[in-house]
Amino acid sequence: MKSRHLRLLQRTYVVLIFCFMYLPILVLAVFSFNESKSRTVFTGFTLDWYKSLFTNRMILSALALSLAVALVSAVVATVVGTMATVGISAMGRKSQLFINNISYMPVVNPEIITGVSLMLLFVFLQNWASKFDVLPDAFFGLPTLLIAHITFNLPYVIFNVSPKLRQMDSRIYEAALDLGCTPRQAFFKAVLPELTPAILSAFLICLTYSIDDFIISYFNCGTLQTLPIAIYSMTRKKVSPEINALSTIMFLVILSIILISNALDSRRYKREQGLGKAGEGR
Amino acid sequence: MKKQLRALFCAALVLLLSLGAAPAALAEDQIQVTEDISVSGDYDWKRFEGQGVTLNVYNWGLYISDGSEESVDVISAFENLTGIKVNYTTFDSNESLYAKIKSGGVSYDVIVPSDYMVGKMVEEGMLAPLDYSNIPNAAGIGAEYLGWPFDEENTYSVPYMWGTTGLIYNTTMVQEAPDSWADMWDVQYAGNVLMFNNSRDAYAVAAKKLGMSLNPASVEEVDGVIEELKAQKSVVQAYVMDEIFDKMEGGEAALAPYYAGDAITMIQDNPDLAFVFPKEGVNFFVDSLCIPANCKNKEAAEMFLNYMCEPDVGLANCEFIGYSTPIGKVWERLDDELKYSEIAYPSQEVLDKAEAFTTLSAQVNSALDTAWSDMKSYDEGGSGWMVLVFLILALAISVFNIWHRVRKKLRNEY
Repeated sequence: MKSRHLRLLQRTYVVLIFCFMYLPILVLAVFSFNESKSRTVFTGFTLDWYKSLFTNRMILSALALSLAVALVSAVVATVVGTMATVGISAMGRKSQLFINNISYMPVVNPEIITGVSLMLLFVFLQNWASKFDVLPDAFFGLPTLLIAHITFNLPYVIFNVSPKLRQMDSRIYEAALDLGCTPRQAFFKAVLPELTPAILSAFLICLTYSIDDFIISYFNCGTLQTLPIAIYSMTRKKVSPEINALSTIMFLVILSIILISNALDSRRYKREQGLGKAGEGR
Repeated sequence: MKKQLRALFCAALVLLLSLGAAPAALAEDQIQVTEDISVSGDYDWKRFEGQGVTLNVYNWGLYISDGSEESVDVISAFENLTGIKVNYTTFDSNESLYAKIKSGGVSYDVIVPSDYMVGKMVEEGMLAPLDYSNIPNAAGIGAEYLGWPFDEENTYSVPYMWGTTGLIYNTTMVQEAPDSWADMWDVQYAGNVLMFNNSRDAYAVAAKKLGMSLNPASVEEVDGVIEELKAQKSVVQAYVMDEIFDKMEGGEAALAPYYAGDAITMIQDNPDLAFVFPKEGVNFFVDSLCIPANCKNKEAAEMFLNYMCEPDVGLANCEFIGYSTPIGKVWERLDDELKYSEIAYPSQEVLDKAEAFTTLSAQVNSALDTAWSDMKSYDEGGSGWMVLVFLILALAISVFNIWHRVRKKLRNEY
């Protein structure tokens, strides 16, 4: 039997951990309603920062760029990464190990090395291409930013999807072939549905890493600017409370997405359970 | 006779009145862009309209009136006026601006480096000489802000904002009002002193305290001044930049050096704060509008420069940023409180003692960088010793790992 003290200790521990995780966000949200610009003294309630945020073109365009890059790079990285995973799983053991280790490198590499090396590559490419007039003038900017984001997102997809593929019973695929599927049909009808949860979570991870990223974007964005870069550049003057407002909105959006998807999941789970029971009863 | 005199007097009055109305009549050859912004009418603003021109403008963060907090959005006004699209992005320090342009691959049309960075970029041929016939409004800039050593003829730069540094203090936390940089070394304020977290500004404070130039000429000079910063370290609470706002406004520190324009903002938020120009002299800085040498559309960029020198635009920017304007007509139209502020527009005496940054030689510059980071890491909980511990720990873990694996293998072989 657990003593009461122990249980109390457990509870406090859990509460403490959640405080560490969510208190900063709470403070940030509270100060987005602060009347003055101060980040320490709360002087009065106002919604002005939210209003001001939606008229601030620089922040909004940085946000739009961040979201667009995150979405496109996450989609591309997920597709390419999933194909790569399937390919890798069909390789021999030695080459599988080799490829896995190689694709793990960008993850363990400090971001700054990835960022600078990509930039050097792009500069080199641009200088080289300018002699032959192959690349468009606006090469440094959106194209480089997208390539960079896809590059650092790829390993995360591979490492999310490949365990699921290894877990999967390879006989499912063979059974599909036996039942008359072409290999392509077998992949889309038997393999892909099995992988879907892993692919989705990989996609979400890519999305967050991409919105988060500062260092790699900083070196590869050309004359564009993503949201983290816009925020960072405010540090000589004072970071505007509009950023608090924006972060609060983003947090709420993400929170509601998670809650809704969890609710849907549990509903489906319940329905399936119900169906199972009904089937048993018959 | 009396009647005649009166008629004459009336005529003179009418004449005077109409003369007085002349400025209002002048306003008619102004083009009104928005409610708050009118620009001079004798300039061809529309010559790039419909040509799909985009200007890449790279400025300090929060360094333009951008429409937030009910300010005027000067950039959209420019776009409406000229039909030129502006891609406006921001940076956080001169050094990152320099690195960005030097790394190649990008081309900006308008940038805003500070004095010493202008000098450095001119030396390295990174800026394009300006064609002042496209920037007639530059004539409105006060002579005292032109011809500084970093660009003596103003061939490459048009002053945008200027200011000085100084000492901000909390009147409730100091015994007597400080008047010298040396007060920042005073042990009675130990743990209550904030310091610049960038090498040149921090160096300037220590150099001025020692009565030296804030532009070191030799490596030995750098070492001497950095020693002084090391000596200050035990008194310093933190090396910060924008956190100064919160810390000073919240009463968490007694003394902090910062830019005069920002001091005004802080004093507005917390009336306990006060500002002083230390007697040893301060740093005078000018941030200037420049056009990089690899700019794609120089004439449109010059139009942007001209626009930024318009009195209405300058006024909007000056009110938003809170720094001091170099444009006479903008100064005239400021609120009296700011216009006659000793902090924003210091007396000649202060300016005479103020010194601007100049470009350092590559050797001195790198010596300063090294000495600065050396100073920052100096004696911070014996960090050198920590590195060694981590290395040994990492080594031990990997040795253990290998040993474990070997043992497992051996065991499996039995």
